[in-house]
Amino acid sequence: MSPPILFINRIDWLVVVDFAAIGYDLYLIDHLGLASYSTPMIDKSVNNISAAVADIQSGSVVLSSGFGDAGAPVDLLEALIETDAENLTIVSNNAGEGNYGLAALIAARKVSRVICSYPISAGSVVFQDCYQAGEITLEVVPQGTLSERMRAAGAGIGGFFTPTSAGTELGKSKECRKISGVEHVFEYPLKGDIALIRATRADRWGNIVYDKSARNFGPVMAMAATLTIVQVDEIVDLGKLNPELIITPGIFVDRVFVHNG
Amino acid sequence: MTAVLEKIGLTRPQVAWRIAQEIDEGSYVNLGIGSPEMVANYVPTDREIVFHSENGILGMGEAPAPGQEDGNLINAGKKPVTLLPGGSYFSHTDSFVMIRGGHIDICVLGAYQVAENGDLANWATLDTSKPPGVGGAMDLAVGAKRIFVMMDHCTKTGKPKLMNKCTYPLTGSRVVRTVFTDLAVIDVTEDGFVVREITAGVSFEELQEKTDAVLTLSENWQTLAPPDV
Repeated sequence: MSPPILFINRIDWLVVVDFAAIGYDLYLIDHLGLASYSTPMIDKSVNNISAAVADIQSGSVVLSSGFGDAGAPVDLLEALIETDAENLTIVSNNAGEGNYGLAALIAARKVSRVICSYPISAGSVVFQDCYQAGEITLEVVPQGTLSERMRAAGAGIGGFFTPTSAGTELGKSKECRKISGVEHVFEYPLKGDIALIRATRADRWGNIVYDKSARNFGPVMAMAATLTIVQVDEIVDLGKLNPELIITPGIFVDRVFVHNG
Repeated sequence: MTAVLEKIGLTRPQVAWRIAQEIDEGSYVNLGIGSPEMVANYVPTDREIVFHSENGILGMGEAPAPGQEDGNLINAGKKPVTLLPGGSYFSHTDSFVMIRGGHIDICVLGAYQVAENGDLANWATLDTSKPPGVGGAMDLAVGAKRIFVMMDHCTKTGKPKLMNKCTYPLTGSRVVRTVFTDLAVIDVTEDGFVVREITAGVSFEELQEKTDAVLTLSENWQTLAPPDV
């Protein structure tokens, strides 16, 4: 390859630069390691599930997506069992089923508190046993309030008034205000240290697409947590997700992990 | 020889049928978990209704054929459903915008008790041995344009469920519009319970005996006699 050529015209100053040659020089630098030169790239994908949850601290508030089993990040919840993290507060719509996912985490004595709207079902035996034994505390939050408190946290809203629970046991200890003739209660935002979310597809920017009613709490929890970890079926090339159809933009997401199987 | 008491009153499917007749075409309807889910089975075939599910579905259809269940497509009761053409999925927060923001036309809920001022008690009894849970009931109670309650007129031990004042913890205050029981269709008005329909074979006096609040018989009251469904 010829070196860059400089022409100096007697009448005008003219400089011609051979870009191909410059490119060749950069190629040499890269492959001979003459400089630490590489293409910068956002890549939120994590190779293995242990790495995904490794730095979760004890005492964390963990937002866990899912409505029943649909959208529940079962593998991420179970991976937490292998870490040292304990004394966790779990925020989820339900309190676990059978012996897997959240129920397994509770059975492993990692959870000290559950914030949820509907802890009881035929299968929530593990939670009920711990609750009866006084090993776990429960804060019941109306389902819509749970969602809106997390939205407020993600949205930077300091709090809001809702008519839900006004005049009931769940609203009686709260600040009240009559607005347009209707009694409301004041609710504070609910922020998470961690969000564990189950979704369908992601790209390396962390853009997320969900499946059917498994979407549920995923989008709001992604917004409301400091560290958002998403378990997906596949990570596609950047640009493959239709921008019109991305449900959670990657700005809200920190780590994506492909679920095996 | 045991005496067999003939059960008077509608079956649950018949109450569900009656409620379905009350829903206008084009309504956006949320059905609470349990018995209210049956209402979807009796919507007249010439009427198009959009069913909403709190976990993020509009245009919810009936249960899929066995073997066709999709674990990611479930209703509020965690049972598999299908999606009708025109249906959509959305986040939980958006779902509760629809609920709390007054966009749902009718919500059908079960109940422990309903008071004559429309107070609703359907999320907890006085039994504190089990952990409490509320789900979306309180949001639905305050947000739906009309709350229909579907319930037995009395408990299994014969105690009234339509009350002067609820004794169980409230879900919402002054929220119920109409109560549909096995014995009657009763509206909540400024003057308390007004009876619109009474099941065939039941007298107004019997109905009043089974109710712990004053009942007024509507001037235009009718007999409730649904088909065998």
